[in-house]
Amino acid sequence: MRLLFFILLGVALFLASNRVGELRQYQGSFVAMYSLAIASIILLTGYSGQLSLGHSALMAVGAYTGALSINSAHLNPVLALVLATLVAGLFGLILGFAVARLSGPYLAGTTLALAVSLPTLANQLPILGGEQGVVFDVGAPPARFGEGFSQYKWFFWITSLAALIMIWMIANLLSSRYGRTFRSIRDNQTAASLAGLNAGRLKVVAFAVSAGVAGLAGGLLVMLISGVSPSAFPLSLSFSLLTGAVVTGVYSLKGVMLGGLVLVAIPEVADSITTRIGGSEGFTATLPGFLVSALLIAAVMFAPNGPGQIFRKSNKQDNHTEGNK
Amino acid sequence: MLKFITAILTSLATGSIYALMSTALVLVWRSTRVINFAQAGQAVLTTYIGYEAIVRSGSYWVGLIVAIIAGALIGAVIDRFFMRPIFKRVTTGPIVMIAPVVATLGLLGIIQAVIGFKWGLSYQTIAAPVSTDGYRILGSVIAFSPFNLMVLVSVTITMILLTILFQKTNIGLALRASAYSPEIAKLSGIKVDGVRTLGWALAGAAGGLAGMLFVPSSYLYPNSMDVLLVFGFIAAVIGGLDSLFGAVAGAMILGFAINFATAYISSKLVFPMAFIILILVLLIKPGGIFSSQKGRKD
Amino acid sequence: MSLVVENLTIDHGAIRAISNVSFTVPQGELAAIIGANGAGKTTLLRTLSGLKESKSGSATWNGKSILGKRAEDLARSGIMHVSDGKSVIAELTVKENLALAGLWRKDKKDVAKATDEVVELFPILGQRMSQAGGSLSGGERQMLAIGRALVARPNLLLLDEPSLGLAPLIIEQIFQTIKSLVKKMDLTVLLVEQNAMGALKIADEGIVLNLGSVVAVDSAQKLLNDPAVRAAYLGF
Repeated sequence: MRLLFFILLGVALFLASNRVGELRQYQGSFVAMYSLAIASIILLTGYSGQLSLGHSALMAVGAYTGALSINSAHLNPVLALVLATLVAGLFGLILGFAVARLSGPYLAGTTLALAVSLPTLANQLPILGGEQGVVFDVGAPPARFGEGFSQYKWFFWITSLAALIMIWMIANLLSSRYGRTFRSIRDNQTAASLAGLNAGRLKVVAFAVSAGVAGLAGGLLVMLISGVSPSAFPLSLSFSLLTGAVVTGVYSLKGVMLGGLVLVAIPEVADSITTRIGGSEGFTATLPGFLVSALLIAAVMFAPNGPGQIFRKSNKQDNHTEGNK
Repeated sequence: MLKFITAILTSLATGSIYALMSTALVLVWRSTRVINFAQAGQAVLTTYIGYEAIVRSGSYWVGLIVAIIAGALIGAVIDRFFMRPIFKRVTTGPIVMIAPVVATLGLLGIIQAVIGFKWGLSYQTIAAPVSTDGYRILGSVIAFSPFNLMVLVSVTITMILLTILFQKTNIGLALRASAYSPEIAKLSGIKVDGVRTLGWALAGAAGGLAGMLFVPSSYLYPNSMDVLLVFGFIAAVIGGLDSLFGAVAGAMILGFAINFATAYISSKLVFPMAFIILILVLLIKPGGIFSSQKGRKD
Repeated sequence: MSLVVENLTIDHGAIRAISNVSFTVPQGELAAIIGANGAGKTTLLRTLSGLKESKSGSATWNGKSILGKRAEDLARSGIMHVSDGKSVIAELTVKENLALAGLWRKDKKDVAKATDEVVELFPILGQRMSQAGGSLSGGERQMLAIGRALVARPNLLLLDEPSLGLAPLIIEQIFQTIKSLVKKMDLTVLLVEQNAMGALKIADEGIVLNLGSVVAVDSAQKLLNDPAVRAAYLGF
């Protein structure tokens, strides 16, 4: 049933790709890529309850791996992306071990430290190309598609395919027994442990998978911007991903595409605002960040459990917290 | 030998700035159980306000006082009008645990955006009130200046004042009681909400002081305190989030580790060093080196 | 001044913890609320002290409603709640714990006097003034908790299972102390207890709660002699 949904979605995207212009195809690729990254956040935060601000760093790991495997190891692009996923996943596995015992703010702060410090590593190791970064060229679309096949449509196909496959797999994972165990860890770790679940191990698994997916998204991003450098993975990227996840409901995968759309739309919206009302250089530069943050706060205040909350009156059983007057 | 002394002195100076940030984080954590990521934004905003005061008055000291007061006010306002409503609104669902943290992240973004908008993204400078040239000892110049000394002295005085406040005054007792057990404090007639706002005000003032002490040796721009926030956080974790002493001790440890590594090994090791220390502490003694607990009191 | 509770209903999440409970405690008397675990006794007390909201009904002290008020405001108006087991802040010293209830009071001289009276009442506290609250034994902690409440010179004292986890000898001591306090200070006390026998022995009247509802209200003496109560709660 789910498979059918994804196949139909894929077909719909395929048809759409033939009708829209190059700009939209390019933007669509970003939507797909962001959706994938947001899915990794939902897996980690929404389902296993671990708040990570370090996904920009994880994406960077995948990105650099992908870039290097094409440039230095001359691997086939598909293989490069797979490698990006695996390396990022491995990194996430190690990181997950280190932070498995943490919760809430400690985890957030540690991942924050990671997000801030990892990109600087690029400046230390020459192979990573320092500030300028590494160029990544996924190559032109295969000849058999003909002359008129745009590079951007090719991007769109690749990212959408990767996103569809991965998100479908994640959806399966989350609705399986694993997903349920993740959620029980999130809701009440002590109870889950008492029920025999190895909370630590599950959290590490969630982290590794989430990291792998983020790594793949990083690899895709690098393909889209034809290069990787530390400045492509600032801390604000982590914030944006988190916002995308929270705004569209951090507990469910259903909103990922919406999240991706929001993230791509915000710069557009900011653009049209600034062209409409003009503004200083400071205004144009800071407006997207402002919008993202404002959106995040609004989401937390008014719809912390997802946008559906606005339309639903809370008549379900409360997790009543005593003494919260 | 000189290198060693210099390293110690610079460690003390940087450590003391980290101590201000970690103290601010611990103050908020103990009163609200929230890691205030917006601290970085608050500190920067306060420093910009101090900067404006300096520009208008021509005096660093005026700017310093203005920054401290502004920091306290901003901290109080954020607790009263932002954090309190959030706690009231988000009471159900698993997001309860991360909502306040996420909210402070959003606030950080907004503050930085507003700063960028009002003051632009270019780098500003604040001149130090005393010399930033190194002292001459035994004929050579060391990397420790009168300004560094001023930083060290200011922070030491601040810490002493805070300790006196907490340990010897009634309001300090109320602060501690509200942090340890809001319920018992309430049942004793202590207005816990107001006390918490005071905690945020103190934290905001500490952040403002940190900014004013930090920027003269660096630049002022919207993201200039991000790194300091991370280091303050690491310092607080090292020391254990539940005591001021831990916050200061953790900051000193971090300061020493980073400065010595930089002086003797390589200056590129700052971030990796800090991160490794963080991970080590979290793996070995997650409650913090000076904490009396085994785990963390979340 | 009496405590008048009428048709009070309190929910705890999806559960109706207290349903349509009514009783009156006249001034200067000690009323014991007894009942099995889960009967809603603690929830009732927490609502009366302002830590929890009620669903419907009324509760007045001295004619004024005490529902929907903030806990700290109720505490300042003379209603002190000593909650079970957790009423001592472990990280603060005995002296600091005692000082908490007097922090907001303006009359510092009287606070000092009240503290002295508490130390007279519980001499062991005087010996442990600078020790951490967490280092006290169970009985000492209970004394500290009650002492702290007394420093505020309350007129209504809400006690939640003071005997919990204590040795029989200490329990006896504490119950006797409570009884004598009521007489000496003209205190009104609402005592929630699982130790039904001990509670009823010192109480003027008793209220029996079961699953959130009142099943009996009577003088303590009569309840002690009631066969049904004896069978259910007194063990014989």
